[in-house]
Amino acid sequence: MNSRCAACKYLRRRCPSDCIFSPYFPPNDPQRFACIHRIYGASNVARMLQQLPENQRASAVDCLYYEAQCRVQDPVYGCAGIISLLYQQIHNAETEIAKTQAQIALLIDSNTQEQQVYLHQNIEVESDLNILLQEQGDEFSLLGPPNQASSGFI
Amino acid sequence: MRGHEPRSSSSCAACKFLKRRCIPDCLFAPYFRSDETKKFANVHKVFGASNVSKILIEVPEEQREDTVNSLAYEAEVRLKDPVYGCIGAIAMLQRKMIELQHDLAIARARLACYAGNSSASSITPFSGLPACDGFPDSFSHTSSEINQDGQMYDFSQVPYMMRHE
Repeated sequence: MNSRCAACKYLRRRCPSDCIFSPYFPPNDPQRFACIHRIYGASNVARMLQQLPENQRASAVDCLYYEAQCRVQDPVYGCAGIISLLYQQIHNAETEIAKTQAQIALLIDSNTQEQQVYLHQNIEVESDLNILLQEQGDEFSLLGPPNQASSGFI
Repeated sequence: MRGHEPRSSSSCAACKFLKRRCIPDCLFAPYFRSDETKKFANVHKVFGASNVSKILIEVPEEQREDTVNSLAYEAEVRLKDPVYGCIGAIAMLQRKMIELQHDLAIARARLACYAGNSSASSITPFSGLPACDGFPDSFSHTSSEINQDGQMYDFSQVPYMMRHE
């Protein structure tokens, strides 16, 4: 004895051998069809399934069931609310990435400027030192070489 | 000859579609203007007029406009993608979100590296920039990719923003 599918049980009708619902609404899950029927209606679901290739109908029913559940849980926004929330989250994440990249750029720029300042300062110090050494060298040439004995070179 | 009632020029799109008289307190009239025939046609095709009226009756009046707009949005998506409908869009957006979370984690790690090096006590000449460039550069994703991938969904504009948290 063939058992009626959940759709035909819900609709209280005979379940024909070529019932369009039976592959996707097993009798052990009555809630599945009840939920879809509540939001879409049996005739709309049947028409949607008939317009699809057979190998895509199972996926379509799964998605319809998920969307119907979302609508039952949130009668105002349903699945569209989830999509809206995801868009908001994506926008927030992109903004955060842009801010972080800007901070990185600032740090790189700051490091580069510090390097340049440090190098410039070193060049100035080195230049001053060279001038000083040259001046001292001139003095030494007037006095003669240092006293090697006293300097401990020998 | 049987007189017939003059068709109201202000019939809402639903009553026009259903070829019935649009009564003064028509449930659909506030949300389906007379020029929004396609909007109601889509909703009717996917959900059916009676199911829509049942849903509208269940929600507070001040939320009915959002309800109708979300139903119209879902119907349009379903008609464009008869297999996956809104679920396809959700899956795509979730994949995008995962990519962005990965990109954000990389960006934050780079920032921490640069920030740590920039607060170092000594800066020696010719030390070069801090060695923080070992992170993979995967910042090639932009939100425009959604539009490119989701052309069939026409997600260039979110229909409305959620008003609740």
